[in-house]
Amino acid sequence: MTRFARGWATGGRIGGAILLALAAVAVAAPWIAPGDPLAIAGRPLLPPFTDDRFPLGTDQLGRDVLAGLVHGAGASLIVGLAAAAAAIGIGILVGTVAGFFGGVADEALMRLTEAFQTVPTFLLALAMVSVLGASADHVVLAIAVSSWPATARLVRAEILSLKRRDYVDAARLAGMPPLAIAFREVLPGALQPVVALIGVTVGAAILVESSLAFLGLGDPNQVTWGGMVANGRAALRSAPQLVALPGAAVALTVLAVSLLGDGIAARLAPRRDR
Amino acid sequence: MDAALAVEDLAVRFPGAGCTGDVLAVDGISLAVARGEIQALIGESGSGKSVTLLALAGLLPPTARISGRIWLEGRPLHDLPARARAALRGRGIGMVFQDPAGSLNPVLTAGSQLDEVVTVHQGLRGRAARRESEALLARVGIGDPARRARAFPHQLSGGMKQRVAIAMALAARPAVLLADEPTTALDATVQAQIFDLLVGLVEEERLALLLVTHDLSVAAAVADRIAVLYAGRIVEQRPAASLVVTPAHPYTRALTQAALPFRAAANRDRRLPGLPGSTPAAGGSGCAFATRCPLAVARCRSEAPPLEGHADGTVACWRAGESAP
Repeated sequence: MTRFARGWATGGRIGGAILLALAAVAVAAPWIAPGDPLAIAGRPLLPPFTDDRFPLGTDQLGRDVLAGLVHGAGASLIVGLAAAAAAIGIGILVGTVAGFFGGVADEALMRLTEAFQTVPTFLLALAMVSVLGASADHVVLAIAVSSWPATARLVRAEILSLKRRDYVDAARLAGMPPLAIAFREVLPGALQPVVALIGVTVGAAILVESSLAFLGLGDPNQVTWGGMVANGRAALRSAPQLVALPGAAVALTVLAVSLLGDGIAARLAPRRDR
Repeated sequence: MDAALAVEDLAVRFPGAGCTGDVLAVDGISLAVARGEIQALIGESGSGKSVTLLALAGLLPPTARISGRIWLEGRPLHDLPARARAALRGRGIGMVFQDPAGSLNPVLTAGSQLDEVVTVHQGLRGRAARRESEALLARVGIGDPARRARAFPHQLSGGMKQRVAIAMALAARPAVLLADEPTTALDATVQAQIFDLLVGLVEEERLALLLVTHDLSVAAAVADRIAVLYAGRIVEQRPAASLVVTPAHPYTRALTQAALPFRAAANRDRRLPGLPGSTPAAGGSGCAFATRCPLAVARCRSEAPPLEGHADGTVACWRAGESAP
């Protein structure tokens, strides 16, 4: 392994460790910060490190900032992962069918993909959540629907280069049904670059989720980091930590996801030509 | 018809794009292979031997126009609807490809790819399928099949990969095995082992083997009958033993002379007689070989010779059996 690849592997371990810690915090949220994180708990605008009950202080309404951060981790991670999983699932399905079957199916699916690509991801997600209404399910759906095209195009390109291999002909001659050949023989070989895309997709999904929440389109009954930034914005001059802390949490999460994704991709890369 | 595979008047045409005309790759080939028999198909690059094999396997791209009649164990493939034809082919024909690295799926273990074929054809699942896969691996001479079944293709040697590919071709218990230069990508010593395996399988399983190769010495050593292909047509078809000793067609004669004799080491300065020029496209008027033939006369250029009985086989040449002046 080259020094470069080893560097990525270390980064991947760090990213993985951060994500594990975040997941643990999200799971343990009810014990770390019991009660409703949206409830008024104390005096408003308490600065950090001044009151033992609120280590990170309170916001303008007297809500515990630490409790918000801890409970927000789950929302960000779950929405991000679910949206990315759905987007990658749609992308794999569309890309495999388009690439393997070609012809009319390919034309139709690729024009559809391009239609989705011409609309900026965030605007499409924004429009969908505005129409459907703000809830966690709708946010996941909106992010998935707006971010599958990249995966679809990548998978299609990989499938195109793999489908003329002899083992595909061998499977065809052996009488395997075309769908089975596409998904069981060809697709596994096309998945490796998709793994590299997972990190990017999850990171982007978390960012879109936070952005939607910032605009007030997150689930109103859940704390989200984006929502905390939006609330803290009004007190930016007097209490900048209300924006900086949840903002840093988003940045740290996306960084960790991205490091882990690159680490996994670097780990898989040398296997390609063996 | 008692042949396992019989082909009559097979022609394959690829429509040309734009200003180029259609390309005739195979121009009326007739063959029959019986169970327990090895028929070799030899010719230069571009003679249509691989296209013939792919047409028989049904693996040509949909743009190819195929005509002619094919019988698989007496059943006419050409009369069947596409779906039934594919099913009949799947059960009756196995194919071994040139490059074992390409014919095995790099991301699946040898065993799991075999399992899938076994599942499709024998309806076995899970452990039963794996047992059958291991039996097939043992059948093709792979030691410790249980361990090899868990190996990925990149963990196997070239010869081992080709054995796995042969096992996959055998999984459907086919009557006919098509082999497209099955040893070209392998070392010479491994070549011999693979041919030993194929010859043994043909005898023991009563397979009909259609072997495509450009190596006349391999064909002569392995095959019962040899068909020589030139520009999409069979120019000579005879028992292997007599074809190499007394070639009747001038092209076959040129091929036998171009093979390196073992004595060549003794007189190093002897030049290997090659054949100038290259194979023309099929489908012209007259004999396709006339432009390169030392015996060509006016009639050769105007009128294509039919494939007619000669000695113990068939030959397509107006001057069959005559030697060079």
